Amino acid sequence: MVHLTRKIEFSASHLYHNPNLSAEENRRIFGKCNNPHGHGHNYTLEVTVAGEPNPVTGMVLDLRELKEILEREVMRRMDHRHLNYEVPELAGQIPTCENIAQVIWRLLDPKITQGRLHRVRLYESPDLFADCYRNGTSGAGN
Amino acid sequence: MKNDGLHIELGRRYRFAASHRLHTPQLSEEENCRVFGKCNNPYGHGHNYVLEVRLSGKIDPATGMIANLADLDAFVERHVLEEFDHHSLNEDVAAFRDTVPTTENLCIEIFRRLEKFPHARLESVRIQETVNNSFEYAGNTEGNHS
Repeated sequence: MVHLTRKIEFSASHLYHNPNLSAEENRRIFGKCNNPHGHGHNYTLEVTVAGEPNPVTGMVLDLRELKEILEREVMRRMDHRHLNYEVPELAGQIPTCENIAQVIWRLLDPKITQGRLHRVRLYESPDLFADCYRNGTSGAGN
Repeated sequence: MKNDGLHIELGRRYRFAASHRLHTPQLSEEENCRVFGKCNNPYGHGHNYVLEVRLSGKIDPATGMIANLADLDAFVERHVLEEFDHHSLNEDVAAFRDTVPTTENLCIEIFRRLEKFPHARLESVRIQETVNNSFEYAGNTEGNHS
């Protein structure tokens, strides 16, 4: 089994606000992430696909194909967008790293037909990220 | 919120600067020098450590979070950074009085402290000692590849 990883970057804005909570509770839980006009990040997405290299091409999957999938499913949806208002898949959710990583997993998983999606890692900043795996396949060293 | 059989982890990185000296009284001076090389120099030396903590748990639908970062940051500050940052690991951290403060042992010590974090499950502690060396400990569990 070989794991290959492709990285892309996109920029987007968001804010954290739960309409079911009071203004004070929103402020207490989310801090400055609750500022009403939002703020932005340069997100870095690492997508890891696991599989056996094809004996003829030597590839788990064609990186060009993965690049096109990422362009179509992630870049067009999220790059230079406001995640709260412009991404229907995130509607009704707080656009945290954890939730965005899950949404990206669900978008990519059915599209990757060679190899198998192994991990989606989304960095909001160099010091904060979320990992999404299929249950039972996570762990140190992966 | 429906999880769809997915496993989600939150990763957070912290930085601290500390000194250490690799030396054990269980070996002779010569053996210490041979085993630890320049890391055995008597007055120690320092590193800018990068600590990466990974946690797992259910995403709270009200907050979209596995754990509130403010809680995690405060916990790591209180249980690790306050004692380690700008300190000598050998002299200032009781756990390293009798244990060599290699980064392997540092991972285990920090894991032991952070696994008490009450709001999520600690998956692993990874420490980068320099840009070329990193170490990871995921607890003493079966199937752990660290």
